Amino acid sequence: MSSENSTLVKLNNAGFKQNDKWLVEGVSLTVKKGKIVTLIGPNGSGKSTTAKIALGIYKNIEGSVEKYTNKVGYVPQKISIDWTLPLRVYDFMLLTENIKDEAIDEALTLTGVIHLKNKNLGNLSGGEFQRVLIARAISKKPELLVLDEPVQGVDYTGEIALYELIKRISDTLNCGILLISHDLHTVMTATDHVVCLNGHVCCSGSPMDVAKNNEYKTLFGEQASQILSVYEHKHDHVHSDKGEIKKN
Amino acid sequence: MFDDFFIRALIAGLGIALVTGPLGCFVVWRRLSYFGDTLAHSALLGVTLAYSFELNIALSVFIISSLIALILIQLQKKTNLPGDALLGLLAHSSLAVGLVVIGFLTFIRFDIMGLLFGDILAVTTDDLLIIWTGGAVILLVLKLIWKPLFASTVNYELAEAEGLNPDRAKAIFTILMAAVIAISIKMVGLLLITGMLIIPAAMARNISDSPQKMVLFSIIGGLLSVLLGLFSSLEFNTSSGPSIIMASLILFILSLLNIKQSIKLKN
Repeated sequence: MSSENSTLVKLNNAGFKQNDKWLVEGVSLTVKKGKIVTLIGPNGSGKSTTAKIALGIYKNIEGSVEKYTNKVGYVPQKISIDWTLPLRVYDFMLLTENIKDEAIDEALTLTGVIHLKNKNLGNLSGGEFQRVLIARAISKKPELLVLDEPVQGVDYTGEIALYELIKRISDTLNCGILLISHDLHTVMTATDHVVCLNGHVCCSGSPMDVAKNNEYKTLFGEQASQILSVYEHKHDHVHSDKGEIKKN
Repeated sequence: MFDDFFIRALIAGLGIALVTGPLGCFVVWRRLSYFGDTLAHSALLGVTLAYSFELNIALSVFIISSLIALILIQLQKKTNLPGDALLGLLAHSSLAVGLVVIGFLTFIRFDIMGLLFGDILAVTTDDLLIIWTGGAVILLVLKLIWKPLFASTVNYELAEAEGLNPDRAKAIFTILMAAVIAISIKMVGLLLITGMLIIPAAMARNISDSPQKMVLFSIIGGLLSVLLGLFSSLEFNTSSGPSIIMASLILFILSLLNIKQSIKLKN
């Protein structure tokens, strides 16, 4: 039963209703250790809602959630922090858990924002703040990482580097990742399982299975399907910040 | 050197400032100043009940304030009225009920000014015991719930997602608010307790760049306000509450000067 033991969170036919309107319904999915599950779908299709159901933020849900870990790192899509609080990046890193200084420095270095450690959180740019959010989530060495549009506002090269970082973290920490992204290019290369949402589960499976699915094609268009097939080839190199080619 | 009553007032005031410092920071961060006012206004009802049934004032105020907090939570769930309307409703109706009850208690001589604005002469040795033990318990509980309370003050969903149980921390904090009002009512008076919570914390915000520093400066500001306020209260024969609050206001204004200077230096 090792496959059962490696399950971190499992949604069974889960849904959430707000003001008599279903935000999402009938979602079943499982995130296991070392696997990346990606949610895709148009705006308002219930991706963030599904993540919040998985995290237990929404309480009165339909169906059920089984969560097998308490070591969770979360990067929310929208975060409204009251800037009347005097809060440095360092204080924010310690928000939900007391983490050793070395672990904080390591995480901030990985996401490229170590120089901001003692800056006030309110003075960061959108992209810098996003990098801090990711650093905070990974510094806890979580078993389950929930990333809701984690690279929004990050510059293009940074975006690729961060996705590679996320993939590497999933491998080294052997943690499960529930990822939400609108960026089909980047996502599909690293994902083990894709769930396509549109108020309900349209289709799900490996990236290739989803790409061939007719419902997916009607939702994202024929072009999106071709994007995915482009990624059927394996990448053998990556680009550094300066555009140099590095072999994998 | 000083009369006994003044020594008692000093010990009481310093004990109160130690507790209102950190709690006041949360009141500022969580925008709870009007909530504090509501609890303080309801305290009058608690005081009248204490006189009617010969209960301990702090205990009676604590019970009534907690009750009002619970009623508020229930009303928030059951009505669509905005929070500030509900707070106003509870604050003024409990104040009114308290005043009406006082009207009936003709057999007891009331020092209403003392209740509203604090009275250093009223502090007894028993009060000192209540303030210091009560204060110690409040600080201990606050330390225990600090992590979830602070995390959910920054962002509720992060705290909830990462398993910190912010709802429980919020409920406990509400009770702590009732408790701090209960122990400081005699000294500061029910109209001015919220000032004691907010002004030192606001002063501290002006000169802090981290939450820990803000708590520390808020405590120091509170202690200084009590010292300055009580000595001037003795010197000029003014009520203790307004004197302490005025002292904290002066500190606040000084902290503003500090900001202006640092802005000038930067430019």
